[in-house]
Amino acid sequence: MKLYYSIPAFFMAAALTGSVWAARTDVILGVVLEPPNLDPTAGAAAAIDEVVYANIFEGLTRFAPDGSVLPALAKEWSIENEGARYVFSLHSGVKFHDGADFTAEDVKFSVDRAMAEDSTNAQKGLFENIDNVEVMDPLTVAINLKQPDGSLLFNLAWGDAVILDEASAADTATKPVGTGPFTFTNWVQGDRVEITKNPDYWGTPVQLEKAVFKFISEPTAAFAAIMAGDVDAFPNYPAPENLAQLDADPRYSVVLGSTEGETILSMNNARPPLDDVRVRQAISHAINRDDIIDGAMFGYGTPIGTHFAPHNPAYVDLVSQSEFDIVKSKALLKEAGFSEGLTLSLKLPPPSYARRGGEIIAAQLRDVGITAEIENVEWAQWIEQAFKGKDFDLTIVSHTEPMDISVYADPDYYFQYDNADLQTLMTEFGVETDEAKREEMLRNAQQIISDDFVNGYLFQLAKTGVANSKLKGLWENSPTQANDLTGVYWED
Amino acid sequence: MKWQTIVPGAILVSIVIVAALGSFLWTPYDVADLDIRNKMQTSSALHWLGTDHLGRDIFSMLMVGARTSIAVALVAVGIGMGVGVPLGLLAAARPYSWSDELIMRGNDLVFAFPALLIAILITAVFGRGSANAIIAIGIFNIPVFARLTRGAALSVWTREFILAARVAGKGAFRISYEHVLPNITNLLIVQSTIQFSLGILAEAGLAYVGLGAQPPIPSWGRMLAESQTLISLAPHLALYPGLAIVFTVLGLNLLGDGLRDWLDPRMRRER
Amino acid sequence: MLGYIVKRLGSLLATLLVASIIIFVVIEIVPGDPASFMLGLNAQADTVVALRTELGLDVSKPQRYISWVSGMLQGDFGQSYTYRSPVADMIGDRLWISLPLALYALGLSTLIAFPAGIWAASKRGRATDSIVMGFTQLGVAIPNFWFALILVLFFSIKLAWFSAGGFAGWEQGFFAAMKSLTLPAIALALPQAAILTRVMRSSLLDVMGEDYMRTARAKGLTERQALVHHALRNALIPVLTIIGLQFSFLIAGAIIIENVFFLPGLGRLVFQGIAQRDLIVVESVVMLLVFAVVLVTFLVDIAYAWVDPRLRQGRRR
Repeated sequence: MKLYYSIPAFFMAAALTGSVWAARTDVILGVVLEPPNLDPTAGAAAAIDEVVYANIFEGLTRFAPDGSVLPALAKEWSIENEGARYVFSLHSGVKFHDGADFTAEDVKFSVDRAMAEDSTNAQKGLFENIDNVEVMDPLTVAINLKQPDGSLLFNLAWGDAVILDEASAADTATKPVGTGPFTFTNWVQGDRVEITKNPDYWGTPVQLEKAVFKFISEPTAAFAAIMAGDVDAFPNYPAPENLAQLDADPRYSVVLGSTEGETILSMNNARPPLDDVRVRQAISHAINRDDIIDGAMFGYGTPIGTHFAPHNPAYVDLVSQSEFDIVKSKALLKEAGFSEGLTLSLKLPPPSYARRGGEIIAAQLRDVGITAEIENVEWAQWIEQAFKGKDFDLTIVSHTEPMDISVYADPDYYFQYDNADLQTLMTEFGVETDEAKREEMLRNAQQIISDDFVNGYLFQLAKTGVANSKLKGLWENSPTQANDLTGVYWED
Repeated sequence: MKWQTIVPGAILVSIVIVAALGSFLWTPYDVADLDIRNKMQTSSALHWLGTDHLGRDIFSMLMVGARTSIAVALVAVGIGMGVGVPLGLLAAARPYSWSDELIMRGNDLVFAFPALLIAILITAVFGRGSANAIIAIGIFNIPVFARLTRGAALSVWTREFILAARVAGKGAFRISYEHVLPNITNLLIVQSTIQFSLGILAEAGLAYVGLGAQPPIPSWGRMLAESQTLISLAPHLALYPGLAIVFTVLGLNLLGDGLRDWLDPRMRRER
Repeated sequence: MLGYIVKRLGSLLATLLVASIIIFVVIEIVPGDPASFMLGLNAQADTVVALRTELGLDVSKPQRYISWVSGMLQGDFGQSYTYRSPVADMIGDRLWISLPLALYALGLSTLIAFPAGIWAASKRGRATDSIVMGFTQLGVAIPNFWFALILVLFFSIKLAWFSAGGFAGWEQGFFAAMKSLTLPAIALALPQAAILTRVMRSSLLDVMGEDYMRTARAKGLTERQALVHHALRNALIPVLTIIGLQFSFLIAGAIIIENVFFLPGLGRLVFQGIAQRDLIVVESVVMLLVFAVVLVTFLVDIAYAWVDPRLRQGRRR
């Protein structure tokens, strides 16, 4: 008789303990910047992509954790007319979060919307080359280009190219409706965004039931939040000074990866005396990268000698061309006529790589007779004055878009470098589809901009991620700014 | 009671002033010298209070930072007195007239604005740095001195020697300057030490949010802000600038209290 | 009394009007175009122009002022440039944090100040008095953001009794929410408690020297009884004034503390608004805070006048 009762009791106990020991299915992620809204196609804030990319929204293609381009809403594609026409076959049975069906019409709508006159898409340039979008049937769409382009698939993976539904597009900023594995649930402004698992997702189901993005911009607050368990992970932890301490603690794991962020000391090439390559070269030689990485980033970051990411196979190591050499720097300044010294303004936006790095560079420049007057500015002012107004001498900023060496071919880009050879090279690059040739061109470009000492190339921003040791699947690198949660899960 | 407050107060304040003035002549290290290899060290024979996150000597930075704090607070109080006292005298010379009403309304208006918020707004709009911090803090000192002056002056105006002066034909302006002002000087001195200490706190607050003196000029408030992320690694970075502020403000408050007890017999109540 | 109220009301409205003009003018000079900030680095010129039109930035300034004021009077505080949602809603959300925080801090401050001030007054001149006064001197001299850092260092990082910031949210329950406000409230309360203690003490001492107190003592009441039954009530008047002022200061002045503890309150909203050049948010919140301060002063003045009829005539300050 006793055994009869004890068996169900045994199973109940097992079930209960099982549920107590089951892994968590929700995650709280700490994010530094709060997105101003949730529409990645109508604004530039990378913070938007950090919440919605791959989670709520999807495009025809997407980035894999290692930066390569994978199919997403497009199942497969064929390239015709030597790269001037791409035909995509779309997945069937895909629904938007509000139940509407995903068809080729939505692709056409999204692309047309991005290209429109009044579009506020921050990356309109991605779509410039598109002539029109042709809906061939509900699951097939063709994109016709004005000129052959090897980068279309890459461009379509960006967050600015995700697919929206015409019916719900207008409210995307506050109520994003996408096709992704998570649906938008709630946004408490100033505090957090909540998303939950999409039960009707067309693709591989995700392992998390719920995710919360908490906005914590102060580095101290970030440290406290992680220590107290208020957040489970901080994919871009803003205080490198604490990393050693966190790494030593078995509760946390620190994952170091790379980003596409080239941190540079930009020089206004159109403004004397910085239009003189000798002055720029002198400045480059006055910079001690190691001290900057140590003092500003507490050792996290890889020195770079040109505007390209070291983890990329096409990277050329040109650090020694602009190595730390005070004697050479002073000689060059003398040659350029500035042996008496020189005063330049140094505008610094908020991040600590800029503020701290700026103080260090100012001290280094002082050693060669250059007085750098520091001006701390907010992002709004930086964009207004330095970026749009080109009113600066020196500034420090990290360029986080992938493969953005092409900006050096735009004489109007804020540092105003005008080199016809480079411009021709990049134009050819744009239409080249052969991988080997493309790589060759990229190497040449890197060499040119290093030879001309266009900017002071400081270091590649490291992706310093801190997470609970039991949380797995977070991206190690940041090929694009995003927090892709599709592969994230809790280990038991 | 008064000597218990004046003496310690005066000592603390003197130390700070000596440090600030002395910094023009000598500091153990140049505050512009970075020494990244030796960052965040604690007190040693080489660096009496240690080094900060960029390797700068903290003792030297405190000395030079004293300059900033004192300068900003001093000039701000100067603005407050320079503008506020004449306004108060003017208002008291013609009480309940339109000029008096205007001045008092203006006072109320400035008082209505949350000071810190407006100071942040001013420095964010018109540019960071000591100059704008001075203006922002100075603006809020004006109504304090105006109101105080008016109140004190009004009571002086009722006194007999003033009547004598008026009978003798002196104009309101001369009376204000020659008779009223000297009699309220003690009050103004006491108030100015209080406003000075408030100014130090205000400057520290502005510097803390990045709106005070800009790098490479050291500032106690900014030192505190920069120490925040390192507080568990190097608590001394947050401790010393904070203590510097506390000592300065404490010294000024003690001095002010003591002066109040000493200078103004009518104010000497059983406190 | 009614005449007095009307007169004060009139001056309140005049103050608000002038304040609104000043606020609008100061903020419109703010350099930095919200549209370019929102669109970021790669935006093209026509995109920026499109956004400016969309946000209504290309309308003339006097027009904007009028629509702003008339909107506010109807409860419409405009649409935030960065968040594209009604400012009134954002203010409402933040008030749920700023108001409780202010009340909490005020509560703590009075809880400390009343007993301390009374105790010091009753033991005037003796060691206890000096010690209490010493503490208040220290309390006034400590910058509240530094105190906040020290609190976080000990109670969050070292002891882990409290989280180092963030707001748990009212949905988590009253206690959880108040717990996350505790360290900020303590940091805010410290200098306020110090000031209030001194005011309480000196106000009590003033009153205790009055004639009617001598009468009370002559009647045979002990010092303590005299204090509690007679002095306290009269001494409370200036104390309540200060509390009123402190309340309005706490609402507006908690900016720095809100930043240290990353609380999504009103102060932080304005601070971020300034950084993001979100003009509407900054204008509306500053206006609201000014209104709060002016209102509290108004109410305190009315209360004062009601209590002390002498003040109603020929308003001498």
